[in-house]
Amino acid sequence: MSEQSASGALKPGQKNRQRVEAGLRRRYRAEARFRAYGIAAVALGLSFVAMLFVSIVSTGWTIFRQAYVLLEISYDADTFDPEGTGDPEVIGSGDFSAPIKASMRELFPDVEARAERRMLYGLVSDGAQFELRKRLMAGPEAVGSRETLWVLADDRVDQLLKGKIGRDQPADLRGLSDEEVAWIDRLEQAGQLELRFNRSFFTQGDSREPEQAGIWGALVGSALTLLVTLVLSFPIGVAAAVYLEEFAAKNRLTDFIEVNINNLAAVPSIVFGLLGLAVFIQLFGLPRSAPLVGGLVLTLMTLPTIIIASRAALKGVPPSIREAALGMGASQVQMVMHHVLPLAMPGMLTGAIIGMARALGESAPLLMIGMVAFIVDVPGALTDPSTALPVQVYLWADSPERAFLERTSGAILVLLAFLLVMNLAAVILRQKFERRW
Amino acid sequence: MTGETTHATRGNHVVPPERAEQGFRTIGEITTDNPVVVCRGVNVHYGDKHAIRDVSLDIAHNEVIAMIGPSGCGKSTFLRCINRLNDTIPTARVSGSIALDGRDIYDKQQDVVQLRARVGMVFQKPNPFPKTVYENVAYGPRIHGLAADRTELDEIVQTSLLRAGLWEEVKDRLESPGTALSGGQQQRLCIARTIAVSPEVILMDEPCSALDPIATARIEDLIDELRRNYAICIVTHSMQQAARVSQRTAYFHLGDLIEVGSTDQIFTNPRHKLTEDYITGRFG
Ligand SMILES: Nc1ncnc2c1ncn2[C@@H]1O[C@H](COP(=O)(O)OP(=O)(O)OP(=O)(O)O)[C@@H](O)[C@H]1O
Ligand SMILES: [Mg+2]
Repeated sequence: MSEQSASGALKPGQKNRQRVEAGLRRRYRAEARFRAYGIAAVALGLSFVAMLFVSIVSTGWTIFRQAYVLLEISYDADTFDPEGTGDPEVIGSGDFSAPIKASMRELFPDVEARAERRMLYGLVSDGAQFELRKRLMAGPEAVGSRETLWVLADDRVDQLLKGKIGRDQPADLRGLSDEEVAWIDRLEQAGQLELRFNRSFFTQGDSREPEQAGIWGALVGSALTLLVTLVLSFPIGVAAAVYLEEFAAKNRLTDFIEVNINNLAAVPSIVFGLLGLAVFIQLFGLPRSAPLVGGLVLTLMTLPTIIIASRAALKGVPPSIREAALGMGASQVQMVMHHVLPLAMPGMLTGAIIGMARALGESAPLLMIGMVAFIVDVPGALTDPSTALPVQVYLWADSPERAFLERTSGAILVLLAFLLVMNLAAVILRQKFERRW
Repeated sequence: MTGETTHATRGNHVVPPERAEQGFRTIGEITTDNPVVVCRGVNVHYGDKHAIRDVSLDIAHNEVIAMIGPSGCGKSTFLRCINRLNDTIPTARVSGSIALDGRDIYDKQQDVVQLRARVGMVFQKPNPFPKTVYENVAYGPRIHGLAADRTELDEIVQTSLLRAGLWEEVKDRLESPGTALSGGQQQRLCIARTIAVSPEVILMDEPCSALDPIATARIEDLIDELRRNYAICIVTHSMQQAARVSQRTAYFHLGDLIEVGSTDQIFTNPRHKLTEDYITGRFG
């Protein structure tokens, strides 16, 4: 409206300006309010994440260190290789608890009663013998020699050192008698008992003894399972999405398929576990508890997510690029392969990573196919029995020993770290693919 | 008025009365001496919508023909029939016959990929591939296997860019992304990309609508230059542009081809009332 058309005291332009100004304040207020809601929502979310991290890290961070006892070990020729054959079979069948017991007796010569000695030996973990055996088998020439070695202490010793068992608690609650506590103090003062980097947690599989229980088995199990999931679900999901989006005729059948894919994304994961049990294990006879089957089940679960995300990514490719390619005489396949797919790839990767993150945290379907079993060995192949990180968390959280509490939190930390590494890889990959147009 | 009568008869697929009265469907000479593309009775439906009705028109060698008409009259639709780009729209149905060098392009024997190599298209919005300048131009020759080796490909890329008048500006940045060029440069890149496969016909759908007058002038010069080797069919909303670059002009109105004639005649002496209204700016 022009300024010249003035009439009366208030020019029409002025009137409008006043109206706009009155409304302007309201608009700004609404905007500020909206921004405050947003900030509040983000702050709330962040505070929950912070709480989660604080609680997990505060109970879990001690897992990096574990109590070890310094012992003087002598590999007596009489015990391990009386005939001097050097045969590993003979050496391996020796009694490896003997040198540990001998060493403990040497440290505490005043302990003589049988029952007390048994208590004394109990301060060292059973795992120490296996460690010794492994060392001697690796170097049989050490028979007859001595070495000083840090060996795993019992979990109660560990918990006492970390202050998770109170010294002033009554003995039966503590799980340690007064004598035991006194011996521990003596060892600690002599510098022969200390918290050291927890090697076994990061290199071993599960165990009934908390101090020997490691996360490595579950970590490898999860990695193998997710490898199967990724290798199957990404190509299949992308191929399905490309076909449905780019090639399939739009008719009743494809509508029906689309609706069902969306439905599948909402099916509870445990149902996929049951399906996996019925089809892969009972029908196809694949082994139970294997990462292969776990991966197949998680593939079923992840596929809908990847297909839906990939289709959305394909839809997001500007039609002008398609027309440009077709106009140049590219065939449908060439158009998809050369132009559409590279542009949709970042979106597809996002879908894949959402699916994979969900698969990593999934335990219910794995329970159904037996990946919940107690498995000590670290899996070496896709068909080896194994467990997975979330299942391991579940198993440890269920164990009565106090030391497993710390391990549960430690396992969650490892799970989160795994997730972080996975997401980081995805972000880097996505950035590589991201292009402007 | 005439416009209203035309509207009223739309649904019944009847020839507009003012045209029926005159006894012919399209005013002017639809045929030419040396046609490359011959369209006869072309109809396009988008679902129930009859977008183009009964259009017959020849496109000649070494000629620029301009398509003008109000928005939504079917210019783009007609253009997209000639390289069968309408095939990609599921609801589109094309009937009638379009022949390229005497062969029906909607024939079952006709390969769409080969057709589009012979009939290139430049779009309204510059749409270079999100690849390097070099890759943009090399893409067509590559998928059609036109270059035996890298040197030959380099040569094709260079001559195409030269002819599109872009070489001087991009010769040092062949490896930078095509999308990083200015709008006018992008459009010339798209033209270079199109002529790299040596098509026989080039379709241009408002190629200058997103460009400033200087870039437009460059493209118009280029079109004039390209006419020596190609048949060019250009859609434009600018009368001046049509007058400047084309030898023949076709006027479309609500899906009908109303009038065809030499550009001079259409602009100085339109024979149809609708054409005259449009040209003189009373309409559209
Ligand atoms: N994909 C489509 N689906 C349905 N109808 C369409 C489609 N494309 C075009 N139409 C319709 O067909 C008619 C002709 O469209 P077209 O794009 O050919 O017009 P145009 O002459 O190029 O217009 P403009 O000058 O605005 O580009 C229009 O009424 C339009 O609504
Ligand atoms: Mg158009």
